[in-house]
Amino acid sequence: MFLDFFYTLRSLKVPVSVTEWMTLMEALAKGHAKSSLTNFYFMARAILIKSETFYDQYDQAFAHVFREAALPPDIRQEILDWLADPLNRMALSEEDLEKIKRLDLDELREELEKRLAEQTERHDGGRRWVGTGGTSPFGHSGSHPGGIRIGGTGGGGHAMQIAAARRFQNYRTDVTLDVRQIKVALKKLRQFVREGPEDELDIERTIDKTCREAGEIELVFTRERKNTVKVLLLMDSGGSMSPYSRLVSRLFSAAHQMSHFRDFKGLYFHNCVYQDLYKDIYNNEAEPTASLLKSLSGDYKVILVGDAYMAPSELFSVGGAIDYYYHNDAPGMEWLKRIADHFRYCVWLNPLPERAWIHPTIRTVGSVFPMFPLTVDGLENAVKKLMVRR
Amino acid sequence: MSPKFDRFTGTDKYIVSPALRDVVNVSISLGRPLLVKGEPGTGKTLLAHNIARGLGKEFLIWNVKSTTKAKDGLYVYDTVQRLNDSRFGTGDVRDIKRYIHLGQLGRSFTAPERVVLLIDEIDKADLEFPNDLLNELDEMSFYIPETDETIEATHRPIVVITSNSEKELPDAFLRRCVFHYIEFPEVELMKDIVHVHFPNLEKKLLKEVLARFYWLREIDGFRKKPSTSELLDWIAALIAGGIEPERVAKELPFAGALIKKEQDIEVLQAAMERSSGRGVLRNRF
Repeated sequence: MFLDFFYTLRSLKVPVSVTEWMTLMEALAKGHAKSSLTNFYFMARAILIKSETFYDQYDQAFAHVFREAALPPDIRQEILDWLADPLNRMALSEEDLEKIKRLDLDELREELEKRLAEQTERHDGGRRWVGTGGTSPFGHSGSHPGGIRIGGTGGGGHAMQIAAARRFQNYRTDVTLDVRQIKVALKKLRQFVREGPEDELDIERTIDKTCREAGEIELVFTRERKNTVKVLLLMDSGGSMSPYSRLVSRLFSAAHQMSHFRDFKGLYFHNCVYQDLYKDIYNNEAEPTASLLKSLSGDYKVILVGDAYMAPSELFSVGGAIDYYYHNDAPGMEWLKRIADHFRYCVWLNPLPERAWIHPTIRTVGSVFPMFPLTVDGLENAVKKLMVRR
Repeated sequence: MSPKFDRFTGTDKYIVSPALRDVVNVSISLGRPLLVKGEPGTGKTLLAHNIARGLGKEFLIWNVKSTTKAKDGLYVYDTVQRLNDSRFGTGDVRDIKRYIHLGQLGRSFTAPERVVLLIDEIDKADLEFPNDLLNELDEMSFYIPETDETIEATHRPIVVITSNSEKELPDAFLRRCVFHYIEFPEVELMKDIVHVHFPNLEKKLLKEVLARFYWLREIDGFRKKPSTSELLDWIAALIAGGIEPERVAKELPFAGALIKKEQDIEVLQAAMERSSGRGVLRNRF
């Protein structure tokens, strides 16, 4: 009954499980809907949807199934997602990148919206409309070098990858790394040491002592166990990182909310670490890296977050920093090595999926710091790595 | 319609929207916990109080704090008391049961008749807290190893859980709940709500107050928007202060009852200067 509704919800990425569906069936069997669509609407929503953030999708699905309204065409969203993903651009050759500059992304997007709106029928061939073949930048099997393929299979091999986004399915599920999952992973980052006043009852030793005293109660107190883990989070805020800014800010807020660290510091850098790190990326409030290395002891656990994707000169040259007005006396690589030498526990989290770690600078950075992808598994492995000495 | 289960229809002190009323009844009938979210001050906790009142049931509250463990709600084994008794011979130490104290959840299971249990602000507790309660809420039973006893609910309690979304709740937990998000009441519903609390409120004052209040809620940039409970406090203050409706319209007396944060007061001042008077407001009501 209403199975369509169930699958429509699922296709809109609403997390509905069979358990909830069976509950709904039970409620229906008990006659709670009172044969009224409105009652059914609220009842089904209460049982199936567990967060107000999904109410909108629920409304769409409900309207679609029960009033036969049209679902918004999600192909458009897929295209926009695809456009927003810098990975797709990385996969292009230099030559294509040069050509794509003729149409920058926003233009491309606007143009696509416009043409989708203007076009009213299926279109194959030709140079302008969205369809198949041809040299329009949109559609599939075409040969416009900077074009976007929409569904279908590849033609001349010149068109950019698949707008239908199937290739990046795995990658998309990785984005579900939410604050809770990050917190659960970071929770493992702990190291208990007893310190402070002796004000906690040590049950084991109290029992032992009492038994030795033949039942005469002897209370033994001990110091409270406290987590001594100190964390330093260094985040790349460079331009190539902006698609991941939400992911990184989730990591930051989770780490910041973790009250069980003894100390937590979060600082930013731009593409690569040089002589300064920034407390706030907007007003350039800097903290010299050298003084950080002096003031923080080597037992800080350092988590660097960045795509490590930069021009080789940014990593290897004096004065190679991407910011024109910023001069670095030592190459970025030198600073990274200094950090790795000073802090015994370091990891690098990379939001790019592992198969994209082929760029030379990513490989080099990966040789200095153990590198993990910014996913649930990657974060867990990174935390494990942080607990053992390199 | 089966009349077998208890049916909640609201109380004289609590106005409930038809959607929420149906959801409450579904959750009671299915025997599943009702998870309520919503802006602070929309009456999440009061809902539970009034379900108990409306149905004439005993009401138990389990206030969750950041240090609360799931086991605390089931039972506590008072070892220290027992040790003490054994030493000074003040009680019958052989009977462990004397030292097992049931928590609020445990008490709701063993109550002679059906009770309403409120688990308030579940998101305050540790991340694992909801997971530790999965089985207990599902089966409505738990096992006490010390006495080799299984406590089973004779009457499944009506469980209401509130959350302020400070932490995300685990999926497995959510799957077992019926969920409702209490939206902020519309003007008409708000009139009813105010009427329940202040039956003798002047019509003119009510009109001015609500106009002012919904104007406030539309200002962007508040850290904490004024909510129903603040509106009720404000009206009480206005009545106590004997403020004329005209003054409410022109200025904002006792704004402290509505706006609680320093930054918000600045936002409010800026907004009042912008609107300078209330030409816009009059059109809305």
